[in-house]
Formats: sequence, structure tokens, C-alpha cells
Amino acid sequence: MSVTRASDTPRAHRARRFRQDRDVVEWLGAYRRYDLAKEVLVCFLVVVLLTVVCAIVFSSPDEHPVTVKSWSNAAPVDFAQTAMTELDRTSGVATYGPPYTNTPGAGQMLGPISAERFFGVRIPIDTAQDFVLKPLATLPDRPALGAALAEYQGAPAAQRANWDAAYENVVANATFSNGQLVVKGGPYGPVGVLIGNLESMARSGALDGALLESPQLYATNYTNSLLFIADGTYLADQAGLRHLQGDQWGMMNETGNFPGQAWLWLYTLWYQIPPMNSSSNGDVEVWAIMMVLTLLLALVPFIPGLRSIPRWLGIYRLIWRVHYRSLGPDIISQMPPGRQSHRR
Amino acid sequence: MSTSPAETLAAVAEKDTWTGKIREKAVEALPPERLLPDRQPAYVASWSYVFGALSIGAFIVVLLSGAVLAVEGPAWWHKSNVGLFVNSLHMWSTEFFFMFMVVHLWAKFFMAAWRGRRKATWITGVIAFAVSIGAAFTGYLSQQNFDSEWIGTQAKDGINSTGAGAFWNVLNFGQMLMWHIVLLPLVVAMVIGLHVLLVRRRGVVPPFAPTEAQLAKAGLTLTTTAAPTVSPPLLQEPVEPLPTEQPVPQEPVAAPALQEPTAQASTPQEPPPGLPQELLWNLPEDQT
Repeated sequence: MSVTRASDTPRAHRARRFRQDRDVVEWLGAYRRYDLAKEVLVCFLVVVLLTVVCAIVFSSPDEHPVTVKSWSNAAPVDFAQTAMTELDRTSGVATYGPPYTNTPGAGQMLGPISAERFFGVRIPIDTAQDFVLKPLATLPDRPALGAALAEYQGAPAAQRANWDAAYENVVANATFSNGQLVVKGGPYGPVGVLIGNLESMARSGALDGALLESPQLYATNYTNSLLFIADGTYLADQAGLRHLQGDQWGMMNETGNFPGQAWLWLYTLWYQIPPMNSSSNGDVEVWAIMMVLTLLLALVPFIPGLRSIPRWLGIYRLIWRVHYRSLGPDIISQMPPGRQSHRR
Repeated sequence: MSTSPAETLAAVAEKDTWTGKIREKAVEALPPERLLPDRQPAYVASWSYVFGALSIGAFIVVLLSGAVLAVEGPAWWHKSNVGLFVNSLHMWSTEFFFMFMVVHLWAKFFMAAWRGRRKATWITGVIAFAVSIGAAFTGYLSQQNFDSEWIGTQAKDGINSTGAGAFWNVLNFGQMLMWHIVLLPLVVAMVIGLHVLLVRRRGVVPPFAPTEAQLAKAGLTLTTTAAPTVSPPLLQEPVEPLPTEQPVPQEPVAAPALQEPTAQASTPQEPPPGLPQELLWNLPEDQT
């Protein structure tokens, strides 16, 4: 007597071999009582219980963000030095390239391709105008500042560059005392007045509002503020103290002793190892690796070898141990087609 | 002869309307007893099967706690103890959601759960996991605190390097909040819904065929014949994978059936007439 076992492709148009890692011997054995609705409800209640306990015991982190005001008050020299790089357009954002600036050669490359450059500048930022000059122009009743702004903006580009370079030199050794930025004298024209006023504007909190992109009262876009703050060293130093730097497994960590985005461990891992940890194209390289790995994971069922790993590992024997123990003489009913088994 | 609810529903469908056709197709693909099953194959007997339902349970808690946060607005939890508690529920349910989903994913990998026309089930599961990472990521960006500030300023480089930063600005709080509370939850819910429907449609993947060691333990030896092919004539026969089309035990099979499958359910079927003999799988004489 013979018995037929079906496989998995009722709509197959051509015959094909039975593959253990692709096809199945469909179940002809016993069924057991099962309550789907009950299982889902019980699981939901278990999760509710777990989350309530964790929320009561551990709570959740909520550290205040760094604002331009808090930054310029905590690290006024760092702020002034950063502001100067924004004015002379040598900062990280000013030289970033797409999507913020038109900077020749900027933008990460994956081989000969730069997806970063593909869409061009979609979020245009002129750091001198957007981070320094336009905010300063909103300050009322400051004749000296108005004159400095007019002088700076009316000067030829070469003159502005000379002033900028001169101030770059002195601000590198600046100090801060009695609420004032202290720098040596030099041929920097109106730049000292500009940076000094920006410093006081930042420390008062007015610069936070002036950096918002929206002219509306209700603002939701903080791109300018965040880019300005991230150009300084203060934010990175604070992140380092909280073990959030890129070389400290960065984004998968959370402030305090909270678990964070542990599911980003593999993404973060690539930033820890060469060549990505020192490559100027590290981000796009890590993304390319992760996209390939994600695609492989999704397409495991189609990839010979890869789809056999579960069978080679044999962990399924543990998962289905009750089933395999229960088979006894019925073990035959679970055999794939094409095999014959005989009693000894 | 009694008719099943599915047959009844299909019979009353007005077949010349779009609605009727959709209903007919839907009931045909997922009859009620398959959509909401009250029995499972006996091999579904492991704690590893629970993690799919736990993931869904956690996702529901994520949605509910997020909805409460949405009622009061994004700034509420920074200044209210109740808000902080609800935010904590939201954060911890997210942690559990990912923990359960990862265990579920690995368990399904170890089972090679894509076998037997279940590839789409596997792929939708991977997509659900990937989209969930995006949903959680935008949540971290929407916290309005130091963490979101640092994550945003760091993540922008990765996103920008792919070209996506031109349209998807992680430093734009309003954009990220909208993605977090509207777009991505909708996508995650839809993909999870599709995943669950596929699980119900295709059923739980059967175990691998017994190994030679297991055969030997059962007192059997194995000889492999010339590898057969799986061909349409064989597959058209009435051996169907899903419960509704199987010989059904007259009474619900209780848990002990795990150890001792019922005689009726485990009795091999007669081969359909006219099948090529080389495609048939022979049982030993004393098994017939």
C-alpha cells in the first residue's frame, strides 16, 4: 500500500525536486485544542503587567536638551569659536555638502556613486546668513551693532575674509570673564562686535528663537538650531559623558542606565570596526552593509545554502522535541516523498 | 450533508457585484475557522510559538500608551508625573515589543518557517521588523530631550549619506513626530495585519522530516530512492495542508494527543488512483 504526500506548490507549472529547506510534508497527524483569542488576550495582559511594573520601578529618562542658551552659558568660548566658523563658512555644516550646502567634492561616496549628491541641496543653509547675520539683524536698538552689520555686509568679499581670518586667530585663545568674551585686539574690523553681540544674544535665549526656520508663531522645525549646536564641541562632550558617542556604541544607548535602542546593535557594530570607524564614507558604507544584510534576511527562503542553516543548526529539534518524541511508529508519516523506510 | 459557514457565505454572495466577488474571494482564502482557529496541529507545542502573540500584545500596548500621550500632546510628559508614567509605559512596551519580535524572528528562522508556500509570511515578518525599527527611531527623535537631540544630530549623517535626508529630515521635529504617530504606525499595523493573515492562510509550518537518528531511535532505517519530483498531478490530489480540508477528528483532540495522536488523524490516506507510482511514497507493509 502506498500513500501520497503533497508538497507546497499546488500552482507549480513544472515538476521540481522536493527540497527539505523549501518544501514541507504537510501535516496529516493529530490536532489539538487551541484558543487563539485567549492566547492573544493573555499575552496582552502579560505585557501590560510587565510594562506597568517596569514603568513603576524604572520610569523613563528625560534629560533636558542642550539649547543655544544653555550651551553659550555653559561654554561661552566654544560658542564664540563655533559662531566664528559659521560666519566665515568653515564649520561642519557650512562645508557639509548636500542636502545643506553646495560644497564641491562634499558628500559621501560608495565606490563611484554618491546618493547624497543625487538630490542636490534640498535644505539650503547659508551659515553666515542664517546662523549669524540674520539673527543679529533682528536685535532692536543697537546702533553699534547696526553699523557693524552694515560695514561687514557692505565690504568686499576679500575684506570680509581678512577680517574673518584675523578674528579666527584671536578667538582661538579667547577667554570669558564678567559676562564678556575677552579677545586680543587685531585687524578684524566689525567682526568682534558681531560675535560679541551674538554671544550676548545667545546667552539671553533670544538666538534660540531667531534660529527657528518658520516665520510663524508655531514652530516645529529645529534644523538650524540643532545643526548650529552640533557644530560646537559642547554637545559632543555632553554625549561622551553619557556614553553616547559613536565609538561608545552611540545611538543604541540611552541616557542614564536605560536599555535604549538595543535592536540597533548590528548597525552600531559596524561603526566600531575598520574601515568604517575611520572612513570618510563610513556612514554610507554602514548603510550599504545593513541594506544588503536586511535584503538577505528577507530573501533567505530563496537562497540555497542560507536557507539550509536552520536544518544544519538543528535547534528545530529542541523546538519540536515534543512532536518528535510523540511520533513513534508514525514517524513515517513525517517523511518526505521519495524516501522509503523499513523496519529492521 | 451540512454546509460550513464559509460555504454558506460564499453561496449567498451576489457574484455580479464587486463586493460579492471580494467577499467570495476573502471567505475562500480565509474561512472563519481558519481565520480564528480553535485547534492547531499537534506539533504546535512549544513556548517559542507564544512570542508572535506576545509581540502583538506588546504592539497593542505601544499603540494604546502612544494614544494616551497623543491625547495630551507631545510636551505633556515632560511636566506631568502621570505623563511621565504613560511615557514609561510607551518606552517599556516598545522594548518588550522588540524583544518578543526578535525572539519570534529567531524562532521562525530556526524552524525554517518559510517552507511550504510561506515565503511571503517570512518576508512580511522581516518587513514588519524593519518598519518597526523606523517607527521606534522616529519616536526617539520626537522625545524633545537630550537623547533625541543627540540621536538626530548623529543620525542625520547616515540618513543623508543614502540620499534620503533630502526628503526625510531627522532634525525636523514636526516631520518626525508626524511620521511617528501617523504614518509609520499605520504601515507597521498594516504589515503586521498582512503577516497575521498569511499565517492564518498558510498555517503553522510543519516540522522537518525526521532525521536518520530519529528514525533509528524508532527502529527504522532509511534508504533514499531516486529523488522524486513534486509535480502538479501529485499536488492536485486532495491532500491539503490546512485543517478545514483534513480528515477531522469527530471530537476535539485534547492535549494528550500530543503524545498519542489519534488513530483517525494519523491514518494514512489511500493514494488517489492514476498517480505515477514513482511519485508515491511507500509505507512498509506493517504500517498499512
